Amino acid sequence: MSSVRVLIGTHKGAFVLTSDGKRERWDVSGPHFAGWEIYHLKGSPADPNRIYASQTSGWFGQLIQRSNDGGKTWEPVGNKFVYDGTPGTHQWYDGTPHPWEFKRVWHLEPSLTDPDTVYAGAEDAAFFRSTDGGQNWQELPGLRASNTGPRWQPGAGGLCLHTIILDPSDPARIYIAISAAGAFRTNDGGATWQPINQGLRSAHIPDPTAEVGHCVHHIAMHPSRPNVLFMQKHWDVMRSDNAGDSWREVSGNLPTDFGFAIDVHAHEPETIYVVPIKSDSEHFPIDGKLRVYRSRSGGNDWEPLSKGLPQSDCYVNVLRDAMAVDSLDSCGVYFGTTGGQVYGSADAGDSWSPIVRDLPAVLSVEVQTLP
Amino acid sequence: MIHTIHVVLPAHLRTLARVGGEVSLEVEGAVTQRSVLDALEALYPVLCGTIRDHLTQQRRPFLRFFACQEDLSHESPDAPLPDLVVSGAEPYLIVGAIAGG
Repeated sequence: MSSVRVLIGTHKGAFVLTSDGKRERWDVSGPHFAGWEIYHLKGSPADPNRIYASQTSGWFGQLIQRSNDGGKTWEPVGNKFVYDGTPGTHQWYDGTPHPWEFKRVWHLEPSLTDPDTVYAGAEDAAFFRSTDGGQNWQELPGLRASNTGPRWQPGAGGLCLHTIILDPSDPARIYIAISAAGAFRTNDGGATWQPINQGLRSAHIPDPTAEVGHCVHHIAMHPSRPNVLFMQKHWDVMRSDNAGDSWREVSGNLPTDFGFAIDVHAHEPETIYVVPIKSDSEHFPIDGKLRVYRSRSGGNDWEPLSKGLPQSDCYVNVLRDAMAVDSLDSCGVYFGTTGGQVYGSADAGDSWSPIVRDLPAVLSVEVQTLP
Repeated sequence: MIHTIHVVLPAHLRTLARVGGEVSLEVEGAVTQRSVLDALEALYPVLCGTIRDHLTQQRRPFLRFFACQEDLSHESPDAPLPDLVVSGAEPYLIVGAIAGG
């Protein structure tokens, strides 16, 4: 019988939850790396027992942890993230040039085919790769070296590369997103990159349709349709049907189109999920009601999903990497909150229940569907 | 000459290095902050980058180095450590900053 493993990164450690295919009862393991910020954990699609975790601390810097047994035990691997060559500068908050400085890894994306190959998205925004299971890391410098790099400017959360999407149909094509530079695509395995922000409109930057400078919060893709991308921008939910060459808004009837998380149903490529957040100055749900919104038409027409979610006095946030889906026949959807709850739905969002509550603030949620 | 130096790590680094209490290191030659930290990282490679920056070898900003009731954080990394540390009578302390508030 299939089972599900949920990997949860929090402000104070990592947690691993497991359940059988019914997804009714959950075993909680953790905290792993207690007291450390765990920005992200993700398992290898090629070997689900291989999991990578980004462990970080303002005191002690960055560590990468690796598990070979599904998260039961861990070993620290390489933590040397050095920018290639002379790093140069990006723009600081005040518009002055600022040297690139490594701060932390926001996102780890294991290769679809090789358990020892894993990509890392860093702050300050840079794209790293390891081909030896995380022991050694090399920057793929073409991203920062692209002609727009010196113009990138950090968002409030830092100049972070937070989203990495690997195209299952073309190993050379990768999408990434940076706050607050925008979305980028490589067609040659990371050697060269191009901004893919045409159609985005951001009122908070001097040129609302600039080539870069957009605060992209997250991007999601269904593996069967790698040319179709869904984006939660700072404001606006967007979609692209041409691999990011152009975008159109699909916010439609959402009560607010601000938010962080977005994901796609495992079996229905036009069914997408967002968690609307009131505004950029009020990072919580409207009216204290936590609601996921689902569109079954790839955007524009959205329905609120609230069964089992708190509908009063709820003022949590759902961060960009804190939503994921499983691929069981009835698609499971999961998201974590800054209040420490992780909610799960075993019926594609129709109803929800907490699979764990009272964790530290949740930074990321990933799901593995196991045979 | 080889000296046995005692080092006290912050709790998180003790967990990371899988040690309890003090760490005892053998340091050959001059006993300085650099030679002690080099010996520490050689014995526990997992600590590389957690105390000093990988590239610059600068102290991470939220850590301090104390010994014999003195703050040595801003001393030259190549200055000799106090005799009581060299003799093993006093430990070399690596301390995580405590945020107030």
